[in-house]
Parts: sequence; structure tokens; C-alpha cells
Amino acid sequence: MPKVSYCSVFVDDQDRALQFYRDLLGFELKHDVPLGEHRWLTLTAPGDPEGTQLLLEPAEHPAVKPFRAALVEDGIPATAFGVDDVTAEVERLAGRGVTVVMPPTPTGPVTMAVVDDSCGNLIQLFS
Amino acid sequence: MGDVYRALADPTRRALLDALTATDGQTLFALCAALLERGLSPTRQAVSQHLTVLEEAGLVRVRREGRYKFHDLDTRPLREIARRWPVPEE
Repeated sequence: MPKVSYCSVFVDDQDRALQFYRDLLGFELKHDVPLGEHRWLTLTAPGDPEGTQLLLEPAEHPAVKPFRAALVEDGIPATAFGVDDVTAEVERLAGRGVTVVMPPTPTGPVTMAVVDDSCGNLIQLFS
Repeated sequence: MGDVYRALADPTRRALLDALTATDGQTLFALCAALLERGLSPTRQAVSQHLTVLEEAGLVRVRREGRYKFHDLDTRPLREIARRWPVPEE
């Protein structure tokens, strides 16, 4: 039976990505293994260390840059995270300097918002 | 300048103008979500093409802010309609 072990986002800078995903969003560090000039850097949701790992992958491949630029231009998120209260969460993040690209917006059964992770991606938050 | 009448003739384009009236300055992604909320579900590519028609008619302006592209409403081209067929006061 397969399960979702990893979900990856391409990041410009792994240090800055760790700051955003761990220190601002609240994910917890799972693995930080040196691999040449980069690291195998994964995080898990708080309180769920055996859950799906978010892999912060260096955005080095030449195809990544134009691909991400086109998505960001149109406001399309790289991935999505569920939170308890998206309005409160976006307000908290904005207070800590995170750029909000789409404010919390009701869309059918969920309310969603889009924020900039500051390392090349837009991230959707929803509740 | 494209044809403002042709731009207004399509219900999806009118819904896009409604969505921008409610919230100005939206990305393509946000506008697709706004259409879903209004019970429409055109493809992202179709929405993009509709926005181009609205932009050509001068009803939507595209604003680039850093790496993002936002769409703003500009209803000034609609004045031509009231000038051509003045609406009497009640």
C-alpha cells in the first residue's frame, strides 16, 4: 500500500526556506543531512513526526526558474497546507512580514489564501 | 482599443467584471476561484483569454508588481454607452 512520504517544494535558498517553513509557518525539522553543497532537508507538520515530509529541494535545475516564474505571475500556488483558521493565520503571517498575494477568500466549502514563501513559491493556505 | 460591446457580450466576462468590482487587483488564480464561487468553472486558459479581451477593450488593466501580475477594473470605457444613449432621469 503506497503512501505519500514526501511532498517537495523547490527553494532558492535552503536557509531562508527553513526560516519560512519552520520559524514562520511552524513545521518541525525532521532531517537535515549535508549532501555536497546542499542538504537533504525535510520537515513534518507539528505533532506529526511520522507524517508526510515536506522536502525543501534546491531549485537548481534550469527548468525550475521559468516554470516557477510563470506560476507565480498568475498567482498559482506550488502546494497547499490546511490550517485551523486561515484568516487568523494569514493575519499572523502578515504581521511577521510575509507577503499575502491573495487574501482569505471564500471558495465553496473552503476559505483560501495565497502567500509568498520568499524562496520562489506561492503557498496556498486553507481552512 | 477593442470593442467594449463585444467584451460585455459574454457572461463569463461579465462575471469577471463582477468579481473585480467586488475585489480589485486579483491574480489569474484568484479570478478563477472567484468564478467558481459564482458557479462558473471555465478552464484557466479560457479565463486568461477572456481577460485578454477585457484588457483590449480597456475594461481591465494589468498591473505587474514584482513577480506577480494583478488585474484591476477600469469601467471608464462604459461612459461611451451613456453618452451615445443618454439615460433620462426618473
